[in-house]
Amino acid sequence: MSAVPGMVVVGGGECGARAAFALREAGWSGPLTLVGAEAEPPYERPPLSKSMMTRSHASAPATICDTGMLRSAGIDFIAGTTATDIDRDNHEIVLDHGHRIAYRRLLVATGATARRLPLPGAAADGVRYLRSHNDALALWARLWPGARIGVIGGGFIGLELAASATVRGCAVTVVELAPQLMSRGATAQIASAVAARHEQAGVDVRCGTGVVRMDRRDEAMLLELTTGETLVCDTVVAGIGAMPETALAQKAGLAVDNGVRVDTRLTTSDPDVFAAGDCCSWPHPLYGGRRIRLESWRNAQDQGSAAARNMLGADEPFTTVPWFWSDQYDLTLHIAGLPDAATTEVVRRRPDGVEIRFGLGADGRLLTASAIGTGNTTAQDIRLAEMLIARRATPHPTTLADPTAGLKALLKQGPH
Amino acid sequence: MPEWIAACAVDDIDLEDVIPFQHDGVDYAIYRSPQDEFFATAGYCTHERMALCDGLVMDGIIECPKHNGRFDYTTGKAAGAPVLVDLRTFPVTIEDGTVYIGIE
Repeated sequence: MSAVPGMVVVGGGECGARAAFALREAGWSGPLTLVGAEAEPPYERPPLSKSMMTRSHASAPATICDTGMLRSAGIDFIAGTTATDIDRDNHEIVLDHGHRIAYRRLLVATGATARRLPLPGAAADGVRYLRSHNDALALWARLWPGARIGVIGGGFIGLELAASATVRGCAVTVVELAPQLMSRGATAQIASAVAARHEQAGVDVRCGTGVVRMDRRDEAMLLELTTGETLVCDTVVAGIGAMPETALAQKAGLAVDNGVRVDTRLTTSDPDVFAAGDCCSWPHPLYGGRRIRLESWRNAQDQGSAAARNMLGADEPFTTVPWFWSDQYDLTLHIAGLPDAATTEVVRRRPDGVEIRFGLGADGRLLTASAIGTGNTTAQDIRLAEMLIARRATPHPTTLADPTAGLKALLKQGPH
Repeated sequence: MPEWIAACAVDDIDLEDVIPFQHDGVDYAIYRSPQDEFFATAGYCTHERMALCDGLVMDGIIECPKHNGRFDYTTGKAAGAPVLVDLRTFPVTIEDGTVYIGIE
């Protein structure tokens, strides 16, 4: 299609959109194509389970950039189109309608898809998932006051949906197989604080409970639980994790390892093909080169920008500290670093009652910090902790535990 | 000519920090730099409506607590993704230990 090979980004989500603009910011003036599978221009996904779900009216997606911004940045945006193949020998991608686009460097930012629940039963196809704006619209329309909503999975998406549905006046039950909520991403104390808040709001939280099968009776869905009970729901939604979208990379023979396998420069096994965001796994230098894959808004953005610079030869390792937030009711949870990397926990109890939980490694290095509080009251401390983690700081546990010792001062003391 | 509104006492703000201020139903953020200078901007991030007073003030930058949108708080200039729109700023003057901001 395009004669002069340019930069091509496959994936029109947060990561792909950010990468396209970052290519321009980093000085790329040649052809630039962004291929998105959805019909809309790139939009923000975090509101889908939060503010969009609690609104009293159906709303359009919060766009990251509209077509005018894409056009004025000289980004050729191809919407509603999937890339079906990477012809690496000819440096071309093949689109679903057969067109080919030549690339000099390619970024795979295909994201992730909601993990499907392998559930037997007549109504198993009636389970809803949340990934796209269309998913959100369909789900939003089911949240009428008094609607019985069964949420399968007590992770971040499931809990945000449970909170939003409760705010809309629904009767919500959360079914989680693990003995605690958010077992993959949060400490036990934060998980129990979140469980308490949900219960206070009237959510029926059932940990250590699985779903055996699902059937339909008239308009209702019947969820048969491992406890022997049957839950009657108007709507069932599953939030049981996401799978990296690796089909395109795999078909092209690129290495895949819990996501498209990239190095610290976000390069795949082909030096002209990069991958970033939810779809890729990379060895994190701050965690001993442990290969991780993140599904988070910030990571999608930061990796998109970093991959863009590396596509232009920056040769910059991606070392950004993982950072994550979740909004449920009036509470916001912040996590920096990898909670499961720490061996020692230090708790700072602030005068306002908020607890900041720091996790240190065996060598005394700060590896993670997390907190939950009303609104954004924990954002500053977690942000400062994130910067300390990035610096490989080894703050003294006594200092960390002391609420009068400002983290900013600790940061300004410089490397230890 | 701006109307000068008493916002707070000089000592209400720590060095390199920010506090919120409200006047006539409008939210502002008032800053004190490490060099002991005072600045004022609109109270909310231009990306999504988040109160900047919960954000981090460091190295001449206020960072939105939600999505890390960054602004130079001395000029209001947006300093990178996700923020694209600059922050409105307001003149500040100090008199007898009181911080006044100028509102048009």
